Amino acid sequence: MLTVGLTHFLVISAILFSLGIYGIITRKNAVMVLMGVELILNSANINFVAFARFGAFGLSGQLVALFVIVLAAAEAAIALAIVLNIYKTFSNVNVDEISNLKE
Amino acid sequence: MTLYDIIFYLFALITIVSAIIVVTSKNIIHAAFSLLLTFCGVAGIYILLGADFLAVVQIMVYVGGILVLLIFGVMLTSKVTSLEIKTGAWNVLPASAAIGMVLGIVLIIMTGTQWFTYTSSIPATTIYGIGDLLVSDYVLIFELLGMLLLIALVGAASIARRDKE
Repeated sequence: MLTVGLTHFLVISAILFSLGIYGIITRKNAVMVLMGVELILNSANINFVAFARFGAFGLSGQLVALFVIVLAAAEAAIALAIVLNIYKTFSNVNVDEISNLKE
Repeated sequence: MTLYDIIFYLFALITIVSAIIVVTSKNIIHAAFSLLLTFCGVAGIYILLGADFLAVVQIMVYVGGILVLLIFGVMLTSKVTSLEIKTGAWNVLPASAAIGMVLGIVLIIMTGTQWFTYTSSIPATTIYGIGDLLVSDYVLIFELLGMLLLIALVGAASIARRDKE
């Protein structure tokens, strides 16, 4: 049980995923919600790389993880631009207080 | 317990503990710096899985790019009147219950399944293989991602700088 195998990496990824969901649900600040999303993307990446290592897929899993990292960069940039606009309009970024589509 | 196992548990501990701090800390700056440790821990796990190039990319893009962007976001979206930048929390109890259930189910599935594992030897470096695949099998996705990244970044800059009329 102590010898590290595929299951250990999957367990780490599951814990990171749950913590990411927890952050998304409970944090009020929009930037903290983004941090939760990053945790979830990282947990998915660990899964991809672990199956690439322990399965007979060659390097394809690592490539998909690379693509996920690129998408995460694009997502963070767009999301922060939106958060900046929300701050300009509502003067705060608490997701529970922003309930209007238009001021 | 070989050295590999000990290093794995060390990185796993760093990753999980700092991720817990990220999602429970009230101070956003503390959360951001814990996120740094989480990303570094994940990079260490990539190295243990034989993905050296991916670990370097993880450090460069996540720590060097996304984390700095997030900290800029924190600084630009709070009224900085003191050193403490706080975040509120809500739905803590239902979220904990839901997460406990999800985590339990996923852990039962992951530990209960008999995974077919195929242990190949770790290559000395994966850079050649990744480079070959990027310009052969995955060239379309590679080009599309390049365009997507360009469009997304230009769009982000234009959204962020838009003036209210």
